[in-house]
Amino acid sequence: MNVRPLIDPGLVGDLFWAPLLVVALKVLVVFVLGLIATMLMVWFERKVVAGMQNRIGPNKAGPFGLLQTLADGTKLFFKEDLIPDRADRFVFRLAPLLALVPAFLAWAIIPLGGDFRNGNNGLVTWFGVETRVQLADPPMGVLFALAISSIAVYGVMLAGWSSGSKYPLLGSVRASAQMVSYEAALGLSIASVFLVAGTLSTSGIVSAQSTLGDWNLVTTGVVPMVIFLIAATAELNRPPFDLVEAEQELVGGFHTEYSSIRFALFFLAEFMNTVTMSALIVTLFFGGPQPIAIGDTVLDIPLIPNGIEGTIWLLAKVLVFLYIYVWFRATLPRFRYDQLMDLGWKLLIPASLGWFMLLAAQRLARNEGWNIVITTTVSVIVIGGCWLLLQLGLSRAAKDRAVEGSMF
Amino acid sequence: MELFVFVVAAAMSVVGALGVVLRRNPVHAALSLVLTLFGVAVLFVAQHAEFLAAVQVIVYAGAIVVLFLFVIMLLGVDRAENLRTEPLASQRVVAGVTGLGMLVLLTLAALSGDDEVLSRGEGIASAVAESDANVNVRQLATSIFSDHVVAFEATSVLLVVAVVGTVMLARRRKTSSEVAQ
Repeated sequence: MNVRPLIDPGLVGDLFWAPLLVVALKVLVVFVLGLIATMLMVWFERKVVAGMQNRIGPNKAGPFGLLQTLADGTKLFFKEDLIPDRADRFVFRLAPLLALVPAFLAWAIIPLGGDFRNGNNGLVTWFGVETRVQLADPPMGVLFALAISSIAVYGVMLAGWSSGSKYPLLGSVRASAQMVSYEAALGLSIASVFLVAGTLSTSGIVSAQSTLGDWNLVTTGVVPMVIFLIAATAELNRPPFDLVEAEQELVGGFHTEYSSIRFALFFLAEFMNTVTMSALIVTLFFGGPQPIAIGDTVLDIPLIPNGIEGTIWLLAKVLVFLYIYVWFRATLPRFRYDQLMDLGWKLLIPASLGWFMLLAAQRLARNEGWNIVITTTVSVIVIGGCWLLLQLGLSRAAKDRAVEGSMF
Repeated sequence: MELFVFVVAAAMSVVGALGVVLRRNPVHAALSLVLTLFGVAVLFVAQHAEFLAAVQVIVYAGAIVVLFLFVIMLLGVDRAENLRTEPLASQRVVAGVTGLGMLVLLTLAALSGDDEVLSRGEGIASAVAESDANVNVRQLATSIFSDHVVAFEATSVLLVVAVVGTVMLARRRKTSSEVAQ
């Protein structure tokens, strides 16, 4: 029977040593790459923020202070590990792991390289085994990343609760509300990509974006990318959405009571999630490992084989987004909690839903042979009407609240 | 390999289910529920129903149990329940009878050895036979948005009604005299 590859084309058929070796190698590479990327990200963030604030930043450990993160990590390892008296000991120990493991798992579906050019679909041959330069390419693809990021809520939430203390609890309640809210906007903006790409798998999404005009950034219109970027920042609890650990209000948020290696695990997970989310944006909207190409002109890096070039392109694109995240942090003031919720529920979710409906209408018009201009106009009018209704409802609610006072 | 996956996932589900019932701390019980949901998701993947598995984790583990935990934390019932007081007098008997009945029915269905009972429909079989990676999602979409579109829309309307109803019930509209005070 022709069994559909469940995990990887290399895993079909009898398991000889070569596929096993390739898979083991990939796991190792993804794991080590994740750790090193995180280490460099911490250094990068500190250095860039320092630059923007006219400071020098870490410069003692290693060249340009590159080994500063390693030094900090070693220090955290040897510090005393405290568990508060009122803590729920089992959950307190479990929470950092629940934060860390999803951060690693999400790396598994990112295409890290491979040749998608000239009709190749990203398959490479290692040790005589045809495989992809990504740990797993499940048919549910990006949904896996969404599922994993929804699991990451538990780490934050349980950490706050199990500390048995007020500030962490407040931080974690804020965090879970924020992450669950923005997950909706995140998912809806990805839905536009699914609609255009016609597949959920990350390698399929990447191979459809061969030229600049095919990038999902262009084909979905820029709106889903912007919504995804904002929602991802909120999902990562990064500034300007870092109410979760707002130092001035909550002492340190959900990880106030954590010290030593357990704190380091939260720190690691946070930065690793940032790297992963950047890689996901690049995969979804910016062609992943595909080189920049306009029409038939490909911006080719000479002398390097196409398979390796993919990895270089991916890293370059991810670096741009890491810089953008650091830039956000250095320049934007923190949101107030009601502003955060207003932005998520009243702007991002309706906007991404409306945009998705617009794209769907255009797709239907193309399939059915309708006039695309008329269809778009009608859709815009209908969506605009819905928007007006929503605004009407919101203003009415605001008036009621002004009269009655807030409900809680 | 398949047996191994099944045994591990089934053990996860069973241990989780027992934890939901037996753990005294509500937060621990909710976490056990997450374990069960994960076990079921793994079983879905083993049956080539990846989309269902992903949705199971996103919706149930990622949203609904988070909501449970949210309520537990906000209401501060994070201590052991007193099991001696019983708000509904006969609920244990009813729960026992219902659970036993379900167990007997499921066991009988499994033991009857009738393949048709166990693998009704052909959706999964044909999905596995084709090599297109998207066939699972596509089949599900076709089924939901063409054959069962009325049921689907009715469900969504039901959910909207439930949300609006909850808001209306939770909200106590103040009269103008109350506002004046």
